[in-house]
Amino acid sequence: MSKIVVKDLYKIFGNRPDRAFELLEQGYSKEEVQKKTGLVVGVQQAEFSVEQGEIFVLMGLSGSGKSTLQRLLNRLIEPTKGTIEIDGTDIAKLSKQDLIDFRKEKFSGMVFQNFAILPHRTVLGNVEFGLELQHVEKETRQAKAAEVIKQVGLQGFEDHYPAQLSGGMQQRVGLARALAVEADVMLMDEAFSALDPLIRRDMQDELLELQSKLKKTIVFVTHDLDEAFKLGDRIAIMKDGKIVQIGEAEEIISEPADQYVREFVEGINRSEVLTAESIMQKPKETAKHGDGPKTILHKLKKQGLSSMFVLDQDRKLLGYVKAEELSDYVKGSEKADKKIPREVIHEAQTVNLEDNLSEVIDVSAATDQPIAVTDEEQRLKGIIVKGAIIAALSGSDSPQSNNEPHSEVEVS
Amino acid sequence: MLPFRIPLRDWISAGVDYLIDNLGPFFDGLTNVVQFLVNTFKDGMEFLHPLVLMLIIAAITWKMAGWKTALMAFVSLLLVENIELWQAFIETMALVLTAELLVILVGLPIGIWAATNDRVNLVIRPVLDFMQTMPAFVYLIPAVMFFGLGLVPGVIATFIFAIPPLIRLTNLGIRQVPKELIEASDAFGATGRQKLFKVQLPVAMPTVMAGVNQSIMLGLSMVVIAAMIGAGGLGADVLRGIQRLQIGSGFEAGLAVVIMAIILDRITAGFGKVKNLGTA
Repeated sequence: MSKIVVKDLYKIFGNRPDRAFELLEQGYSKEEVQKKTGLVVGVQQAEFSVEQGEIFVLMGLSGSGKSTLQRLLNRLIEPTKGTIEIDGTDIAKLSKQDLIDFRKEKFSGMVFQNFAILPHRTVLGNVEFGLELQHVEKETRQAKAAEVIKQVGLQGFEDHYPAQLSGGMQQRVGLARALAVEADVMLMDEAFSALDPLIRRDMQDELLELQSKLKKTIVFVTHDLDEAFKLGDRIAIMKDGKIVQIGEAEEIISEPADQYVREFVEGINRSEVLTAESIMQKPKETAKHGDGPKTILHKLKKQGLSSMFVLDQDRKLLGYVKAEELSDYVKGSEKADKKIPREVIHEAQTVNLEDNLSEVIDVSAATDQPIAVTDEEQRLKGIIVKGAIIAALSGSDSPQSNNEPHSEVEVS
Repeated sequence: MLPFRIPLRDWISAGVDYLIDNLGPFFDGLTNVVQFLVNTFKDGMEFLHPLVLMLIIAAITWKMAGWKTALMAFVSLLLVENIELWQAFIETMALVLTAELLVILVGLPIGIWAATNDRVNLVIRPVLDFMQTMPAFVYLIPAVMFFGLGLVPGVIATFIFAIPPLIRLTNLGIRQVPKELIEASDAFGATGRQKLFKVQLPVAMPTVMAGVNQSIMLGLSMVVIAAMIGAGGLGADVLRGIQRLQIGSGFEAGLAVVIMAIILDRITAGFGKVKNLGTA
């Protein structure tokens, strides 16, 4: 079962929000509703679920409603309509006191953009804050706090005050405070956005490492697409309070739901996100190891290719053959119907399905031949030609949908 | 413009009469409490040898404001003793400390209330404006009527005059606690009480202490005025100087007030800084 299930969730700011529902149903936009009624649509029609142990990223520009949506999840902002189920409990219906108890139990608190740590408390005092609220005994909570402080690499700074720490360290305190309460759901609001780029990257890496051990359910808000794609198992892109697309990084890049998402992902460093799998093509034709040289030459000619990958009976990749060498071989000998000899099969450059584009580029620099994409068992899954790499980098249509024939020099 | 005069003065007099008639026991009780507090402070300070008290004050100043200020405080206090104003100094100190204690006991909760409730804030603001801009002398009349002559009405008048800045700055300090800190404590499941005592008040403390500091300063400025209704202390000496045109002795007493003001200011200003190590 999903950890968080959100259904038909709305947040309308202003008096008598029901006026907005009608207009939204009639298809009026956020601006039009605001002009007509003065009501501000914070979040509209949000619907998603988050799985246990997943990092779910809410991503959008400022004003897109991502922070509002996140704050609806623990009711820092009261929802106008809809349900928010956490482990099956609809928190929109909890009483004030029940809500406070529920927050203590289920939420690992929150990590904030400007850290929001208490200036009058030491690092230790800040980290034990959540446990203190739960009336955990002093020794227990300080032991726990000390443990988490170590986890985030702040040991030795327990007695420092926040003002004595750098931004990166302050955010570690914020992270440790959230980890210390050991609840299931962690909310992170632009947690790394206020940090220097280099420190931000470190913190992202550390979060991923921590997450691989802790397996928390994290809802992460960011306006930074690179960050979203790096951290998110799945990403929800928001615009005008609406979720326009939910999916894994690759899906969003290769199949943007609309023009807005397309423009949004244009700025992304595609080489870090796209994988070999997403840009590879089906080989037009392959040669089996049992094929004779004439058969292969025939296949090459028919497809207008200059080289072709050779597979064994299990579709495992053996290498590739070049048309010119093969025809020389056929002319120079009479055993033309026999199996192709080992010596004309060259070793192919290969990449794995999951390798990202920047790794593909490294490999492609070493050869002028197409690159073979293989799975773990060395079976050929697809091929990548240089044109496809450039097309992917420039963000033009993905090669799968491109039906134009490649030039003859290309392969397989 | 109107054919008749609005009988504002009659209304106010009637109101005061009504209060005296009906709340007499309350005022008597309050008088006793204030008298007790003032006497306790005074007896406590008189019990000590002047030099011992001076050293204690200097030590507190040292802790709060550094050794240079402490040294200056000590020398100044020696001067006060030397010009034979020590007794009056202690009386005034007792009056100011009592008034300030009451200001904190009453002002802090009101300030917190105003910070957490917009409607209360709306009502309290004009009341505070009224209290601060009303000429201080005007407070003396009802104070005398309710509490008679002497120290107690002096304390009450000082209290009314000095309470607004503490309420204002407590209100301001709590309202200025960064929104993210409030969200953070909510997100971690803090109850209203936990939020107030673990987050809002500690973070607002420097501002609150600035309010305490300001109210002490205002209280001291009331000391001379309170002497007009028999509050005694340094104010009485200043007043005598004015009435008899004795410039020298009036100035001496005035200087003693300034010395007390500076010492109390440095001590309370130090309070605000102790943990003010940075921003949120």
